Formats: sequence, structure tokens, C-alpha cells
Amino acid sequence: MDLKLETRDENGRTIVKVGGEIDVYTAPKLREQLVELVGAGKYHLIVDMEDVDFLDSTGLGVLVGGLKRVRAHDGSLRLVCTQERILKIFRITGLTKVFPISDSVEQAVTAVD
Amino acid sequence: MDAQSSAVGTVAKTESATAVRLRFTPQPEHVRTARLVAVAHARRVGVEAGLLDEVRLAVGEACSRAVGLHQRHCPGEPVVVVLDAVDSTGSGLAPDRFVVIVADKVSGAVPSPRGEGEGAANAADAGEAAAQGAAAEAADDEELDDAEMGLAVLTGLVDDLDISAGPDGGAVRMGWPVKEF
Repeated sequence: MDLKLETRDENGRTIVKVGGEIDVYTAPKLREQLVELVGAGKYHLIVDMEDVDFLDSTGLGVLVGGLKRVRAHDGSLRLVCTQERILKIFRITGLTKVFPISDSVEQAVTAVD
Repeated sequence: MDAQSSAVGTVAKTESATAVRLRFTPQPEHVRTARLVAVAHARRVGVEAGLLDEVRLAVGEACSRAVGLHQRHCPGEPVVVVLDAVDSTGSGLAPDRFVVIVADKVSGAVPSPRGEGEGAANAADAGEAAAQGAAAEAADDEELDDAEMGLAVLTGLVDDLDISAGPDGGAVRMGWPVKEF
């Protein structure tokens, strides 16, 4: 399964909707997307992971790299995820303390970071 | 016999007729194939449905780690994965463990997760501590060390886990219970 990426702007945030599997093969595509957005001056990102079927440590590394990049510009990176099997990976690695995680895009776009 | 062959041989001694062996060139696109095969075989030998996501993630992490090591050190060598249901107690009865071994050909490649030895009471705590350290340091590093994050996930995820290394290669061995038929 390939990685699907869609972006749109809403309420001053850029939403990156991710679908499919984020692993060692597909994660570079997500990294490229995040780097492009930051390069284009988009510093407040929401990564919508509701359609993600699989996430591994390579994907976690890309998200942490994205967070670092936006923070360098006083930006933010918020995740949208309610899938237990994905949330478990964030909990195992302690990254729930690093990423703000919302239950919906609607909640994320109005959240204060 | 080198360490990779030795690790595979350890399983081979008790290998059942249903064992599956994979050999693949160290390319990221093959990791998904290994995940799919591992889950299919785990399901077939009787691993509970609730553990299959864990098997999928753990096998993916171990294979990603091996692919990364091979790409850096020996890109011409294949990664070897052995999947088997074994009678771990030697009772002669039905297999009670689903065992996966991911063997690499890189010597001495057992990096300790960051945060190890900080008093973590169990593997999950150690993994969490490791990743917290890794995440915090990512603020300073250009790229997060995927291998360390992968080990943190493996350590936090799999209770029956052994990561070994020798002069000629290493192996990640993981096990899950097989339900009684």
C-alpha cells in the first residue's frame, strides 16, 4: 500500500492528511512533504493520521524531525489520531509527551499550541 | 558458521515442517513483504488475533533495523528471517511459541537504547525512557537515529525479546504465545 498525502490550509494551519502505511520505505515521502511545507513558510502543521494503517519508528522519526523544523520557526506540529494501535506506539516511546494529539481535525485547528 | 547462520541454525534445530524462511536484499520495500508474511504465518499457526498488530510492528522494526545495518555495512548480503512455531518446553506436544528470528551480517551491532540503565523497572519503562531521551535530543540532532527509536519500540513492545550480536553478525529473536487448539 502506498502512502497518500493531501494538504490544505484552514484557519492559519496547514493540514497534512496521511493515508496508508508509514514505514521505512514510505517515510521519506512524508519527510519530503514536511520539509517542503516548512520551506514554503508553513510553520503550523496538523498531521491527520486517521487514515494511517501502519506506523513504525521510521515514521516517528520523521514526525519528530518535522516538529523540530517547525519549532525552529516558533511553529507547531499537532497530530490527529484516535486509533489505539497507532496511539500505542506513541505511548511506548513516550512521544505522547512530545506531540499534542487531538481527536479530530476540527479540534486541532482551534487548539492553542 | 557465522553468527547469522548460527542464529538461523538455532531455530533450525527445532524447526517444524511449517517453518518459513525469507531471504531478501536489504531494500526498504521488502520490509512490508516480511511484515505481511510474518502476520500471515502467525495467524496460521495460532497466534491470537489481538497480538497480530504487535507481530506486524515488531517484525517490521527488526527488519528495518537489519536493512539499515546491511545498507551501511554490507549491501550485497541478504537479510534472513525465520518464522516458526516451536515446542519451547520440549514437551513433545503441540508448539506453544511463535518465534521470529531476524538475522543480520553486521558485527557488534547492538546499540543500547538511550536512557537504558536509568532505573527503568521493566522493558516498557526502558523503551519509554529511551524514546524520551531520543525525542529530547532530536531537538539538537538533524535527524533522529531511527535505529535507536526502533530498538525503543521493540523493547517496549515485545516481552519475549533477545537481541544478540557476534563478530560475524547478529540476530533479533522474538516470541509470542500460540493458543491451544
